Amino acid sequence: MTPPWHDRLHSIEATEAGLATAGYIASRPIATAAWLAHHLRKPILVEGPAGVGKTELAKALARWLGIGLIRMQCYEGLDESKALYEWKYGKQLLYTQILKDRLGAALGEEPGLDAALARLHGFGDLFFSEQFLEPRPLLRALREPGGAVLLIDEVDKADQEFEAFLLELLSDYQVSIPEIGTIRADVPPLVLLTSNSQRDLGDALKRRCLHLHIGLPDARLEARILAARLPGLEDELRRQLVAFVQQLRTLDLRKLPSVSETIDWARTLLLLHVRELDVALVRDTLNVLLKFEADIEAAEPRLAELLAAARRDAVPIR
Amino acid sequence: MQGPLLDFLRAARSAGLRISPAESIDAARAVEQVGYADRTTLRDTLSLVLAKSAEEKRLFADCFDLFFSRPAFTPEQPEEATPGTAESPLARMLLAGDQSALAAAAEGAAAELEVANITIFTQVNLYTRRILERMGLAALDREIAAAPPPTADRLREGRDRLREQVKELVQQNLALYARGQAEEYRNRSLARTRLAAIDRRDHDRMRKLVRAMARRLATQYGRRRKRQRRGLLDARRTIRRNMGWDGLPFLPVWKEEVIDKPRLVVLCDVSGSVAAMAQFLLLFLYSLNEALSGLHAFAFSGTLVPVSDLLERQPIERAIPAVLDRAGFGSSNYGQALADFAEGHMALLDSRTTVIILGDGRGNRTDPRAEILAAMANRAKQIVWLNPEPRPIWGTGDSDMPRYAPHCRVAAVCNTLDALDRIIAGLLRDGA
Repeated sequence: MTPPWHDRLHSIEATEAGLATAGYIASRPIATAAWLAHHLRKPILVEGPAGVGKTELAKALARWLGIGLIRMQCYEGLDESKALYEWKYGKQLLYTQILKDRLGAALGEEPGLDAALARLHGFGDLFFSEQFLEPRPLLRALREPGGAVLLIDEVDKADQEFEAFLLELLSDYQVSIPEIGTIRADVPPLVLLTSNSQRDLGDALKRRCLHLHIGLPDARLEARILAARLPGLEDELRRQLVAFVQQLRTLDLRKLPSVSETIDWARTLLLLHVRELDVALVRDTLNVLLKFEADIEAAEPRLAELLAAARRDAVPIR
Repeated sequence: MQGPLLDFLRAARSAGLRISPAESIDAARAVEQVGYADRTTLRDTLSLVLAKSAEEKRLFADCFDLFFSRPAFTPEQPEEATPGTAESPLARMLLAGDQSALAAAAEGAAAELEVANITIFTQVNLYTRRILERMGLAALDREIAAAPPPTADRLREGRDRLREQVKELVQQNLALYARGQAEEYRNRSLARTRLAAIDRRDHDRMRKLVRAMARRLATQYGRRRKRQRRGLLDARRTIRRNMGWDGLPFLPVWKEEVIDKPRLVVLCDVSGSVAAMAQFLLLFLYSLNEALSGLHAFAFSGTLVPVSDLLERQPIERAIPAVLDRAGFGSSNYGQALADFAEGHMALLDSRTTVIILGDGRGNRTDPRAEILAAMANRAKQIVWLNPEPRPIWGTGDSDMPRYAPHCRVAAVCNTLDALDRIIAGLLRDGA
């Protein structure tokens, strides 16, 4: 079945523009990935350093297409009963208790044990049917009538067994529940998996996915992202700020500041009513950008130099 | 599937990308969607489908650029057609200055001759000549001999330029298709060469190989693993699992045993005889860090020097020479090194530690102090001795191996990268 939002993804340009309306400035490869994922019906595996907007991409897609975002955070020990479905044990027990009396009545007239048993079989798998199924994120995503964006976050944190268990879902958009059968999605969800490359994922999983690597953005893209996220920021400050962060990334740091840090920093400067960057100010707010003591120590003595370099080659923005 | 895509897949495989048939099909479907018209889109698309890690993305980008940049058949200055008539088609093309026709003819000849099968650089000239011959070089030469001077000069000039262009085409094919085979062959043979015999200029390549091996082992054993112990009931999880049956234990859950990541103490002999081996062992172990829960390294030739901080503080390429400077290249004294260890570091050993000793066991006729090794074996989980010498000469001359070996759970010959890989994989598998 074609989902109602199919037309919106008619071209790569449309995807790029659409994501922009949802506040996500996508580079060309990102837009291509989203567009292709829909047309090839394949999940996207998004890798890249923390804070470059992997999770945000899923949110923006959901916002733009007007469908639900179903998010599943992975962690060690995550298993089927938490990811896919579980039986509502309490409800099952309660119903057995309530129906106990009725059972006697229903079976009462049968003459022998065999006949009663046969009759009982006739009721079918009363307690292992859809009414008693508690859907977890993966199943919910498959049963969403208008489609959904399914975000499987930080899949590298889950166990290898869980990865194997995802394979059926990712290749055929279906899951098998032993008691009920196979549940298949009418409208396949758009699936995004994110990974921080904490460990290498299995080849089988990678093969089923489009692999998108989001790196740190260049100055132009970062400036556009800032403009979209913080419209109140003045052009001049934005230019300096982006150029400075770009300079900072050339240092040999343990954790380079990524887009989310840039946005946080810009927000901080906005709150402080800053009009222009100077060394003292940068030094005071550096802990927003750098998250390790060692990194801050490494960067501090070079701030003046970096700022000067940033002023020199601040790119004009459009 | 169309021809260009198939060729490209082949080139990409040769560049080191691992592309499965399923991915080739995906690539074809993707290309059907986007077409060949827009190169940037094509590159983004194929990169999404084919390259599955940051490293592969880089390889992919290089390969894509190389593949789609055909050698320049476009002339440096626009050429006007020279008047004059010519017999052979090749001469006509040269006189007309029709570069695109020449390019097409060269490509066609290259495809017929299967230049893509080129494997080694010495074949470049051979293939160049064959392509030219197929394009009609013989007829052209005859014509040059017969033609009046201005036309002949013009043709000669065109022929020489064409030769260069075709050679470039062949070289590009070599770069595209032959690289993978040569690399693979070299890596395979390096892994089997005795480490002490490896040339210094191959060290970079060796380091890459070692890292790749370590990465493979680390992904395989990097996570906490569990082993089921049938017979010991896990009461808590059994009740949870059987809630659906009112807590009646239909499906018992057994207790699991966590396989610990190995905790290693490494003692490396870095005297002249074993130094080459030592640096690869250290590099290997330090690249494994996510599969190990602790690693203490010591180096010795005479006295024992702890080198862990040295190795952790700086990149391993720079740290290892520093280690060798500090402890290396003396004459080895195993007794002294063991005594040093017993004095200062015995507390590192407990029932979960594995001790790896790398050395040839040749103490230059000093007291071997095997009783210290025995004491270490008692405290630690096990001792593994890696000896680069072949087994038959253990015990000859000043070698004390026969006195050390009884205290080691494993005493193995280890003189190639393959052997190192095998032994360390064994350690990780058993949770050492």
